[in-house]
Amino acid sequence: MQHWYMLTLVGHDQPGIVARVTDALFKAGANLGEASMMRLGGEFTIMLRARYDEGVDGLREHLAPVANAMGLHLHVDVCDGEPQGQAEPNVRISVSGADRPGIVSEVTGALAEAGFNILELESDVAGSDASPIYLIHIEGEARQGEEALEAALAPLREKGIDVSMQAIDIMVG
Amino acid sequence: MAILEILKYPDPRLKQESVEVETFDDELQRFLDDLEETMGDGPGAVGIAAPQVGRFERIAIVDVSSKPKLLNHGRMFLINPEIVEWDGLAVGREGCLSVPDYTGNVVRAERIKLRYRDRDGNEIEIETEGYEARAVQHEMDHLDGMLFVDRVVSRRHDLFRRKHYKQPGER
Repeated sequence: MQHWYMLTLVGHDQPGIVARVTDALFKAGANLGEASMMRLGGEFTIMLRARYDEGVDGLREHLAPVANAMGLHLHVDVCDGEPQGQAEPNVRISVSGADRPGIVSEVTGALAEAGFNILELESDVAGSDASPIYLIHIEGEARQGEEALEAALAPLREKGIDVSMQAIDIMVG
Repeated sequence: MAILEILKYPDPRLKQESVEVETFDDELQRFLDDLEETMGDGPGAVGIAAPQVGRFERIAIVDVSSKPKLLNHGRMFLINPEIVEWDGLAVGREGCLSVPDYTGNVVRAERIKLRYRDRDGNEIEIETEGYEARAVQHEMDHLDGMLFVDRVVSRRHDLFRRKHYKQPGER
């Protein structure tokens, strides 16, 4: 039975990880879907969807030699749903502030409370070692409207967190 | 009037550069009517360019008046359009009739001064900004064989790039 799978591969960064992983998948007859791959710290992280005919064990078997050779942790889950027609974000939120414990949970807690569903979050630490700053970019769906969201963000601003919100109005042409 | 077929990526014709319109005749008027009807047939489209329907002339329509809160100049028939000045950069999300089921963030000029001929051949100059300016730039890209997928940026690296400034004494 044909399924989409979510493959998670994480390991110490080195050249050739993506090439060898995708080559193994190609030779296994898998069809690749959406992916997010990036280096976080010294590790290279892959979240990748692939469609495959012959079950999870077959997929693991095809990937095991590459994962072992390159020192990658491998995890496979069934993850059905077609790549096309996915949810589109309607609000973008940018956050920055002095880095301190709890900033992400405070922001995302307020967003969750206001009915905001995160579709994508990227964050970075910048600034100097002595005074680091934390930057977060979030895109998602404001399910209870933008006013509820705006109200939820106000208390964060009072705490010195710089939060801006922008409606995403998709231009189709 | 007729609804024209929209070329879909990766049709190589979408990469073709279009030529200037020379004559404003009845045939052009009929084409503009068809192009207008085709745009109206698309799901929520606020613009369309002639090469998207396989006519490689510098012609586009932009109409963002469906967004009443935003600056707009109504329905604009843009023939031989040129951006003569621009200022500022802004990120916005775009989709395209020629690239179904995909949207992405693109950097465009925030404000533009635009010179073009209307459907009767009169020279027009307008200034616009924001969403309407974005739509104009997206359509004008089609005239140069460019699609928004060629311009999609990642927020992480293009919008809030981490810069390393040299500290005093650092070499």
